[in-house]
Amino acid sequence: MTIDLKTVKHISKLSRISLDEEKAKKLETDLNSIFKWIEQLNELNTKNVEPLSSIVETKLRLRKDEIKSINIRDEILKNSPDKNKDFFVVPKVVE
Amino acid sequence: MSDIINLSLCDLVSNIKDKKISSEEVSSAYIERSKKSKHLNSYIEDTFALALKKSKEFDSKPDFNKKLPGVPIAIKDLFCTKNIKTTASSKILNNFVPTYESTVTQNLWDEGAILLGKLNCDEFAMGSSNETSFFGNVISPIDKNLVPGGSSGGSASALAAKLTPTTIGTDTGGSIRQPASFTGTVGLKPTYGSCSRYGIVAFASSLDQAGPMTRNVKDSALMLEVMSSFDSKDSTSIDFKRPSYSKDLSKNIKGKKIGIPNEYRVEGMSDEIEKLWEDGKNYLKNCGAEIVDISLPHTKFALPTYYIVAPAEASSNLARYDGVKYGFRTEGKNLIDMYEKTRSEGFGDEVKRRIMIGTYVLSSGYYDAYYLKAQKVRRLIKNDFNNAFQKIDAILTPSTPSSAFKIGEKSNDPVSMYLNDIFTVPVNLAGLPGISIPAGVDKKGYPLGLQIIGKPFDEQNILNIAYSMEDKINFKSDVKDWWMK
Repeated sequence: MTIDLKTVKHISKLSRISLDEEKAKKLETDLNSIFKWIEQLNELNTKNVEPLSSIVETKLRLRKDEIKSINIRDEILKNSPDKNKDFFVVPKVVE
Repeated sequence: MSDIINLSLCDLVSNIKDKKISSEEVSSAYIERSKKSKHLNSYIEDTFALALKKSKEFDSKPDFNKKLPGVPIAIKDLFCTKNIKTTASSKILNNFVPTYESTVTQNLWDEGAILLGKLNCDEFAMGSSNETSFFGNVISPIDKNLVPGGSSGGSASALAAKLTPTTIGTDTGGSIRQPASFTGTVGLKPTYGSCSRYGIVAFASSLDQAGPMTRNVKDSALMLEVMSSFDSKDSTSIDFKRPSYSKDLSKNIKGKKIGIPNEYRVEGMSDEIEKLWEDGKNYLKNCGAEIVDISLPHTKFALPTYYIVAPAEASSNLARYDGVKYGFRTEGKNLIDMYEKTRSEGFGDEVKRRIMIGTYVLSSGYYDAYYLKAQKVRRLIKNDFNNAFQKIDAILTPSTPSSAFKIGEKSNDPVSMYLNDIFTVPVNLAGLPGISIPAGVDKKGYPLGLQIIGKPFDEQNILNIAYSMEDKINFKSDVKDWWMK
C-alpha cells in the first residue's frame, strides 16, 4: 500500500501538525519507505492470536474512594503560556 | 583530586562513608570536569551551584546510612525535577519547569544523592544517535566524529567521560543498552513495572522503563536497588518483593543455562560481532554455565511491530502538547491554527514523523491492518520468550549489530537507523529485563557490548551473570580527555 501526498496531508490534519509542501513531500517518501518495511508483518497469519496491549496483564488496582484535598491550582497554571486569573487563555472559540 | 573521578560508584560511596572524602570534594571534582566538557554537549542544564550547596549541607550533617550519601548525579532530561527545567530535549518543553518530582529521581534524593544537572537526549527519547535533540548532537568522548548512541546519549557520553559517577536513562526500544554498548559502559533496562514511570516524560507507555547506566555491574545493582520501588502513582507499577540487588550480587552462576538465539545471527552482522558473541559464550562456559541453542522464531518481526506500537502510543501521549496548559505556543488565527502551528514549530522532524506514523496506524480504516496486527505479533514475540525460558535461565546476545557509527551517517535513512535496535527492541516488547556490558572493541577501537536478557523480575540473575562475565572480560575503558577545554 502506498501513501500519497493527499493521505500525508490528511494525517497531518489529524495530528494537528501543519506541514508546508516541501515537508509533506519529504514525509511522503519517508512514510512510504517505513511502511514498505512494516508490510512484512503480513507474512504472518495472526488470525487466532489474542492482541497484547499491555505486558502487565493484571487487573487495575482498586483504591479507596476517599476525598483528598489537593489544592494545586496555582501549580497547574504556573507553566501556562497564557493565563488570566484562574483560567488558561486560548484564541476565541465561540463567536 | 583526580582520583575521585576514577572511583566507581560503590567505591565512592565507601570512601564517603569512611570519611576519606567529603561530598563537597566529590561534587567539586565532577563540576570542574563538567565545566570543561562543552564540546561533548552532554548537559542541557547544569545545577552546579545547587549541587555544591547541597553537598555542603550533607557534609555538615552527614547521614552515612544512606545508600548514595552525598553522591552527585547528572540525569537524563526526561525525568521531571521539581523547580528545575525539564525539556525532554524538545523546543516544545523548553520553558517547562515541573512542580513535582519523578518517583525514580525522588528515590535517588531520598538515599542521599544530589542532582548535578540534566543531560541531553534524543527529543522525547525518539532516536538512536542523539541527533534529534533540540539542543544539538551529543558527541561521544570516544571519538569526535562518533555518536554516543541514543536516546540516552547525553547520559552515556557524560558517564564515559567521567562527568558523573553514575547516571540514569530510560529505555523504550534500547535507549539505555545501545548507548551503553557504544560507549563502553553498563546499561540496565529493568522488567516493565519495576521502576515507576511517574514523572517521566512519556514516549510509549507500554514500553518505557527507567534504568541505571554505570561504570560496572556492581554499580548498576546498587542503582537499581535505589531506583526500583512500588508506586501507586503508576498504574503499571508492580508490587513485588525487591531483592537487595547489590548485597545479593554473586559470581556463582554454575549450572545456569544460557540460551543462544539462532535468529539473532542477522544478515550483514560483522565477523567482529560474531566473534564477540563466541567469546561471550566461552566466558560463560568458563564460569560454569551451560550454553543451550534456542529459537525465537518471530525475532525479525520485532522491529516492524515496534515501529507501529511505539509511534501509536507516542502519538496519543504527545497529543497533550497543545500550547495551552504548558510548554511552547505559537499564536494562530484561531484555536486549531494555534494547535497546528505550535506543534509544527515545537516538535522536531523525527518526533513529527513518529506522530504521523502513529496517527496513521490508529486512524479509521487502518487500525486493524496495522495497530491490531502489531499487538498480535507482539503476543507471538512474547510467547517466543516464554517458551524459551521454559528450559533456560537467561539469554546472551550482542547488544547492537555494530559499534558506534559516525554523526550524520544514518540520519537521512530512518529505516537504517531503526535497524540499529534490532537486538534490544524485542526485550521491550516482551517487558523483560536486559543488561548490556562492555565486552571488547572493534578494529577501530570502538567498544562493543553483549546483552543478557532475563525472565521477568529476574534482574538479580542477569546481574550475577553480568558480574561473572565482567570479571573474565576485564574490559578497560580507554576514553581520553581530548574534548576537554
